Amino acid sequence: MTTAGITVSGGGAGNSPRRSLEAPSPRYGEKTVKVILAACAGLSVLVTTGIVLSLLSGAADFFREVPIHEFLFGTTWAPAFADAHFGVIPIVTGTLNIVFWALVVSIPLGLLSAIYLSEYAPNRVRKTIKPMLEVLEGIPTVAIGLFALMFLRPFLEDVFPFLDWTGPHAIGVAGVAVGLLIVPLVASISDDAMRSVPRGLREGAYALGASKLRVSARVVFPAAISGIVAAIVLAVSRAIGETMVVLMAAGARPQITFDPTKSAQTMTAFIGQTATGEISFGTIAYYTIFAVGALLFVMTLVMNLFAVRLVRRFREVYE
Amino acid sequence: MTNNLTQEITRTPPRSAGDDIKEASGVYDQTDISVRPEEFRQRGPAEHREKTFELRNVSVSYGGNRAVHDVSMDIFHKNITALIGPSGCGKSTLLRSLNRMNDLVPSAKVEGSLLYHGADIYGPKVDPVQVRKVIGMVFQKPNPFPKSIYDNVAFGPRTTGIKGDMDDIVEEALRRAGLWDEVKDRLDDNAYGMSGGQQQRLCIARCIAVEPDVILMDEPCSALDPISTARIEDLMLELKERYSIVIVTHNMQQAARVSDMTAFLMVELTADEKSRWGELIEYDDTSKIFTNPGDSRTEDYISGRVG
Ligand SMILES: Nc1ncnc2c1ncn2[C@@H]1O[C@H](COP(=O)(O)OP(=O)(O)OP(=O)(O)O)[C@@H](O)[C@H]1O
Ligand SMILES: [Mg+2]
Repeated sequence: MTTAGITVSGGGAGNSPRRSLEAPSPRYGEKTVKVILAACAGLSVLVTTGIVLSLLSGAADFFREVPIHEFLFGTTWAPAFADAHFGVIPIVTGTLNIVFWALVVSIPLGLLSAIYLSEYAPNRVRKTIKPMLEVLEGIPTVAIGLFALMFLRPFLEDVFPFLDWTGPHAIGVAGVAVGLLIVPLVASISDDAMRSVPRGLREGAYALGASKLRVSARVVFPAAISGIVAAIVLAVSRAIGETMVVLMAAGARPQITFDPTKSAQTMTAFIGQTATGEISFGTIAYYTIFAVGALLFVMTLVMNLFAVRLVRRFREVYE
Repeated sequence: MTNNLTQEITRTPPRSAGDDIKEASGVYDQTDISVRPEEFRQRGPAEHREKTFELRNVSVSYGGNRAVHDVSMDIFHKNITALIGPSGCGKSTLLRSLNRMNDLVPSAKVEGSLLYHGADIYGPKVDPVQVRKVIGMVFQKPNPFPKSIYDNVAFGPRTTGIKGDMDDIVEEALRRAGLWDEVKDRLDDNAYGMSGGQQQRLCIARCIAVEPDVILMDEPCSALDPISTARIEDLMLELKERYSIVIVTHNMQQAARVSDMTAFLMVELTADEKSRWGELIEYDDTSKIFTNPGDSRTEDYISGRVG
């Protein structure tokens, strides 16, 4: 018995006293896969850099003609006129108007639906609603634009009859439509963030005699704040970048206004409209597109950086 | 701590010689336990002790699968009651049915009668939120909120709207949990910066701050080192002056050291041998369970022969 045990343990790996630690094959397959994966990752970085560079070089050409302070602080936007003005403020306020109304609609609706889905909804309900939300996220924006013109506008006119609904286009209508467009996005991402808060935290709060509302608002929501801020940042990016709905419902009149019933042009609407119209390569109007595009890029970048800092500051890190 | 083991095991209920005589001569009213001296009500013979919980034929199932079957037992006032038994025998399930934490599991269903000081915990007018204010719970894994130490303790009192100065309430709770001296200078620090043992005592402080009557503890020391464990055991012995405690533990010595009563549960095959569920095998004074158990299965388990 003992002897047999010693023999077996001594010769466990056949004749050789020690087993080889070297790779049995060169593993070309694994190396190839690694190269392909790295190439894909590299390509997406390259493409992004390319986009940014082309924007910036176009913008640089623009700023050779127009001083940057005139662009940033000018209050008249008329790049295609004979008496051209390149003050970007009207279309920036147009964009901010849309973002504002979009957030007014999408943050409360989105977050409340997320709280419902993650904390209140029975499993069965959640399993039906969640995929529906994800489908809604993919609705073509032209359809939302049509919806804004055909249904939303008359509806808002009925609800707020005391407002001055002249002109065919209105910032408010476009903003609310964009807001509805991004509700599913906010709801779905915030729901994921709240669902991933550990069950132990919830139970800890329930065990102290907290009601469901309190657990949701005071424990789950703060613990999920980084995901929720991410959802809102994405929502703002979507709202800033939305073009079709805005073009259809808010029109194309570059003017500084905060009246939701008035028409206004946004940065994206300007780009969309100008790029689809007749412009000749190399003209100043052509380069305007790049300048506005570059500004859009900088705005979203700054906002993302700001959001990252905000999240760092307020997030409640759980294990 | 170590000498407690033998002490607790050999400790008999503190009855004076006169008790028997008084009882026999009817000095104590058999039906009205409130006239009895407090010590007698809590540590005297089981049939005379004041009851916190009365469980009668309690069964708990998850989506039709029975996890705990037909448990009947009384849990006594200001006692520490230990639930022991092999993994999966339903200790946590039973414990969580005492403060309706099982309501959070949609598939869970509790049958039988569960009385708290005579009132049905699952009665139609009972609010589970209210139940949990009175019957607090400490979990296996320390689960402080990702907030400051202060806010962790203040969470419960703010929820229940307890009157009084919050700073005092927080200090008092931390003192009673034996944590005050360690954290009094860093109340605003995040609770996640504390050690595991401190976090668990914080969770106990958080629970005490709500001023419950009962504290349920589900393996409160299983994630802690021996020193932190000893501190929490000491703490439990102090806390039982004011609270009834029910503790689930896998640590036999711990059950022997701290508890007054011990319940042994075990997984049993159903009569048709198709499924298994947890059953209460034996429930008695801890000293009896650990020195002279009435059931051979209990003896096998505590002597390490099973589970
Ligand atoms: N949420 C749940 N859903 C479905 N079944 C559950 C759930 N919780 C527990 N169970 C089942 O109930 C039975 C008892 O589980 P329980 O957690 O109460 O055992 P336990 O004695 O606490 O075990 P341990 O010592 O491992 O903690 C097990 O068979 C388990 O699978
Ligand atoms: Mg358990």
